[in-house]
Amino acid sequence: MSNVLALIEVSHRGEMAASARGLLAAAATLGSPVAVVVSAAPLADDDVAWLGELGAVRVYAALTAAAGTVLVAPAVDALGAAIDAYSPVAVLTANSVDGREAAGRLAVRVGGSVLADVVQVRSDNGTVVARHSVFGGAYTVDSVVEGGLPILTIRQGAIEGQAPSATAAVDEAFLDTPSEGAAVIDGFNDDAVVSARPELRTAATVVSGGRGLGSPENFALVEQLADTLGAAVGASRAAVDAGYVAQTAQVGQTGVSVSPQLYVALGISGAIQHRAGMQTAKTIVAINKDEDAPIFEVADFGIVGDIFTVVPKLIEAVKARSN
Amino acid sequence: MKIVVLVKQVPDTAEERKLNLATGQLDREATDSVVDEINERALEAALRLKDADKGTEVVAMTMGPADAVQALRKALSMGADSAVHIVDDSLNGADTGRTAATLAAALRVTGFDVVLAGNESTDGRGGVVPAMVAEHLKLPLLGSLVSADIADDGVHGVRQGEGGTLTVRAALPAIVTVTERFPEARFPNFKGILTAKRKPVTTLSAAELDVPAGVSRTVVVATVERPPRAAGRKLIDDGTAADELAEFLVANRLV
Ligand SMILES: Cc1cc2nc3c(=O)[nH]c(=O)nc-3n(C[C@H](O)[C@H](O)[C@H](O)COP(=O)(O)OP(=O)(O)OC[C@H]3O[C@@H](n4cnc5c(N)ncnc54)[C@H](O)[C@@H]3O)c2cc1C
Repeated sequence: MSNVLALIEVSHRGEMAASARGLLAAAATLGSPVAVVVSAAPLADDDVAWLGELGAVRVYAALTAAAGTVLVAPAVDALGAAIDAYSPVAVLTANSVDGREAAGRLAVRVGGSVLADVVQVRSDNGTVVARHSVFGGAYTVDSVVEGGLPILTIRQGAIEGQAPSATAAVDEAFLDTPSEGAAVIDGFNDDAVVSARPELRTAATVVSGGRGLGSPENFALVEQLADTLGAAVGASRAAVDAGYVAQTAQVGQTGVSVSPQLYVALGISGAIQHRAGMQTAKTIVAINKDEDAPIFEVADFGIVGDIFTVVPKLIEAVKARSN
Repeated sequence: MKIVVLVKQVPDTAEERKLNLATGQLDREATDSVVDEINERALEAALRLKDADKGTEVVAMTMGPADAVQALRKALSMGADSAVHIVDDSLNGADTGRTAATLAAALRVTGFDVVLAGNESTDGRGGVVPAMVAEHLKLPLLGSLVSADIADDGVHGVRQGEGGTLTVRAALPAIVTVTERFPEARFPNFKGILTAKRKPVTTLSAAELDVPAGVSRTVVVATVERPPRAAGRKLIDDGTAADELAEFLVANRLV
């Protein structure tokens, strides 16, 4: 079967990125998954076993002192070398900050093309077909690459399921330090709280708060409902701009796109740019005191009311029913 | 210092954007075109450097159809010194690869110390063009920065990563992309609008730039419109709405 490369990101603390599951699942639908991992120290047996469980048939372990000190270039070099080694039919990266830069550079270097922000993949008689969700899910677009290597950036959280597990064979390689044209990493500043809440992109339930919360202190109401529902916390851009919550929580046109089973919008007007990131949710619930707020146009269940009276009652009512 | 800011004309995100179902390309008639907001933030960053040091030269560059010159006019009225418009019918529907190759060729012509761009456009959302340009030019890319300190000895910035931020740097020349954490752009003032008319706009064609047509390209094979969402129940809270919502969530197995 044809090889498909999947670039697996590793944090500077040595943790494999959660996007690995979706990448390897997508790779397995196109061919035989080869996980490409760049690190300064050899991979632990546990990491190799974990990649195998997620479907990696081989692991291309590229070792370089530049991992963690040079930005993205080591990943591009590793993918380039892995292309020579495995002649893949496609290369997959996460649609992350690092992943898409690696994809862009790689396309130029090896004469391929990027299919960006892919939500689904399939093979049509050997042709790799990528599906995109465009303009906030208003359109579904399928695209292919002609004349070169398809390089796909996969939207994080979009691919469901898991590839059949395998026992991964490891091929180790040593990379030279990138010499020209690379940016340098001087340090990492990790997000302080590693929250126990589910990850926003993959959560089954998302509770988001907007400017209607009014202050960072009041935003705790969003978190309380999220914890009652076992949900991830999201936000509108206005809430982020006002400093109620970190930018990584932003849902919408220029934030994260989510498609959970349940999306709850609290004090969010439902501007088209916000809807662009959540309107493909299965069920949408909105609470807003403005009866004409556009969020109600997409809500399956809307309450015209004050979040500060409705939400505490909702929390009690849900708790009462789950007991 | 010479800064080239890449700007893109996009359909206004405040309106309902449309694709042509036959070609998969943007329906330009359906919405107004605006300068992508993230490019305005990139331009603002360049203009602040110019405010601090009058020796800074700011060039706005776009690739786009004839009316994309409006985006350049806006950039000039905000304070850019000159503009470059790459316009050519052969570039209609260009994919990210062709776009990046063309921009890189134009950047070689204009020369620069820093190229500033947005981290991703609101229409394509690919976020790959700056990296492609950087690879063509064999230059460092400091992408997705939340803040940057741009000086003659290089760029120091903070990059938004997956689980936190990174402190990064590169020597000049370099490509830099900004995120929404950068300040909002200034509005053009009256004087700016007047002087913009006298500022030079250079036009370049694909033929002049001699961009080799790459063999690899992306092709849209199907475009399907999703049915719009219908609104469901809407209750005015009379004190019982929270209970009804809890019932709804339980009935639909959402809790
Ligand atoms: C290029 C571009 C990209 C953008 N990207 C995004 C994006 O990714 N995500 C995003 O969210 N926005 C984005 N926006 C911004 C978007 O246009 C809106 O400004 C933003 O979504 C508004 O956020 P909001 O609904 O929280 O605030 P507002 O529009 O101010 O709405 C607040 C709402 O809270 C309600 N409210 C107030 N108090 C209460 C109360 N006590 N109880 C109940 N309801 C109450 C009000 O009735 C109101 O409807 C973008 C804009 C542009 C131009």
